Amino acid sequence: MRRFSLFNAVSLTLGFAFLYLPIVLLVIYSFNAGRSVAVWGGWSTQWYGSVFKNGQLLDAAWITLQVGFLSASVATVLGTMAAIALARHGSFVGRTVFSGMVYAPLVMPEVITGLSMLLLFVSINVDRGFWTIVLAHITFTMCFVAVVVQSRLASFDRSIEEAALDLGCTPFMTFFRITLPLILPAVISGWLLAFTLSLDDFVIASFTTGPGATTLPMKIYSDVRLGVKPEINAVCSMMIAVVTVIVIISSIMTKRQEVERERAERMAATTP
Amino acid sequence: MSAKTLGPVRRKFAPWDDTSAVPLISIKNVSKQFGSFTAVDNVSLDIYEREFFALLGPSGCGKTTLMRMLAGFETPTSGSIMIGGEDLANTPPHKRPVNMMFQSYALFPHMTVEKNIAFGLEMDKLPKGEIASRVEEMLKLVKLESFAKRKPHQLSGGQRQRVALARSIAKRPKVLLLDEPLGALDKKLREETQFELLDLQMALGMTFVIVTHDQDEAMTMADRIAVMNHGKFVQISPPAELYEQPTSKYVADFIGDINLLEGRVEKSERGRTILDSEMTGTRIETVTDSSTGGSAIGMGDKAWYAVRPEKVSISLLPPNDPGVNTAIGTVWDIGYVGDISVYHVRLEGGGTMRASIANTRRVVERPITWEDKVFLTWAPDSGIVLTR
Repeated sequence: MRRFSLFNAVSLTLGFAFLYLPIVLLVIYSFNAGRSVAVWGGWSTQWYGSVFKNGQLLDAAWITLQVGFLSASVATVLGTMAAIALARHGSFVGRTVFSGMVYAPLVMPEVITGLSMLLLFVSINVDRGFWTIVLAHITFTMCFVAVVVQSRLASFDRSIEEAALDLGCTPFMTFFRITLPLILPAVISGWLLAFTLSLDDFVIASFTTGPGATTLPMKIYSDVRLGVKPEINAVCSMMIAVVTVIVIISSIMTKRQEVERERAERMAATTP
Repeated sequence: MSAKTLGPVRRKFAPWDDTSAVPLISIKNVSKQFGSFTAVDNVSLDIYEREFFALLGPSGCGKTTLMRMLAGFETPTSGSIMIGGEDLANTPPHKRPVNMMFQSYALFPHMTVEKNIAFGLEMDKLPKGEIASRVEEMLKLVKLESFAKRKPHQLSGGQRQRVALARSIAKRPKVLLLDEPLGALDKKLREETQFELLDLQMALGMTFVIVTHDQDEAMTMADRIAVMNHGKFVQISPPAELYEQPTSKYVADFIGDINLLEGRVEKSERGRTILDSEMTGTRIETVTDSSTGGSAIGMGDKAWYAVRPEKVSISLLPPNDPGVNTAIGTVWDIGYVGDISVYHVRLEGGGTMRASIANTRRVVERPITWEDKVFLTWAPDSGIVLTR
């Protein structure tokens, strides 16, 4: 093992401080007893209590969860389908264009995605609100699901599917009985990824929203413009907690899947 | 055929010689192209019921592609494939009366052994009771009764191979396709399993088509072997015929070990061919038997005398007639395998020849050793004259 030198220690501390100090401060101040945001007034959990009495905040949180759940679910179905088309169906006409277009939203600035969505909804004269946010979120989270699922399919032994066909299973049933159970961990982590992305999206949601559909990030932003209340710190801390838990679950699932695959490969290599 | 038969025959089974026999599988002028690459090149083949048929060849010779066309995973570019009198050109894999055992076994990793075997039966919508009894029967057949509840990753390679086999025969298909079924097993287990497969095929009365690159495997198990190269059949024969009567240098060289002695035809008449071989410095007199007697050999043509090392005698003493079927040389190398010794002899004429001798005694008074001058002799009917 490498020695833990002073240089390493310093760079590690600085790096983590740079990344997490603001977040740690936010969490600490959410337990602040005082009314002022920047002045410490002792420990208290009163702001967490007042969050649950704040109807507007709760409404926004509920809308955010609904948007996240719906858009992640639809994006998972569409993203998985796109991944299968890309991984399985060889070189169909327009494959390159299709794969480029599926992945484009990954690198597209959110402002552009949001603005173009807004223009679309305006030009086809759709009333903006809850459903337009859901649609927009499906569009931008779908590609993340496609990436996750496609990488799983790339390491998938196709002869397992062929064996099912050979035993009399229709291609449709083969997908549900063989392929889907085997790629399920990747599909679930794709869903979780899409859900978290939808949860903390502010830019696209604010472009595509209308009256009556305010998501939590939008609510927080508008409240903060009138001055930061300790209540907001509590809400943000809870959001951090939710996202952290989801990210941890998702990475554990991916890790476990990798370990299992490695073990299977090792067994295949050593057993006669 | 002549009264003399070649090698042992498992009972008398030769429907391919019977002109009235109806083939179970009929492959006619089948080609398969991948882009500009021709994997299978205009092949025709009949396979009969209860036959154990082997497709043998080096990797990339098209044998796997041909098998995948039988299973329905590839469609022929041209030609037709009939099984049991039905044209299968447009039948998808899940509707074909054939099952396949995959080289990678392709077991369903998320299902137990039991569920793996039951999968095909469930697809046929058999009643639950029958599925259970059939699965039990299969588990017994492959001796895995106590492993029914295990998942594939909890089994050894040999056990997984048996699960794959049980799963592929559970539906009692007309034809079982086996893609390198023993490729992943070690040598000892492979030899055991070869005979198990043979017994199983006899007991079930199924038609087996096996793809392999291992000639021992094909020779041990198959009723007939098709040797493939570059997408074409080079020869289709029973194992003994393939070994003793190859029709080309390629087959002679591919199956087993052989000495190919080049020469010019000095005389060729009914039942007898005489070659003049510079390489060995001898005249080669051969008895030509019925199988090659038909092919026209012109005077002065180039030809090869193909003789197996075990049919060549090696001696320190000159034979009675050293001018005929005798090559003189010095021992260059000895390969001691245990049961046999293979002598590599440098001939005076320039070539090398191999002779293998069974080590029937533990101690020999004067063993043939390196640098010895030796006489290699063979009987006129030991080898075969090849022209291509």
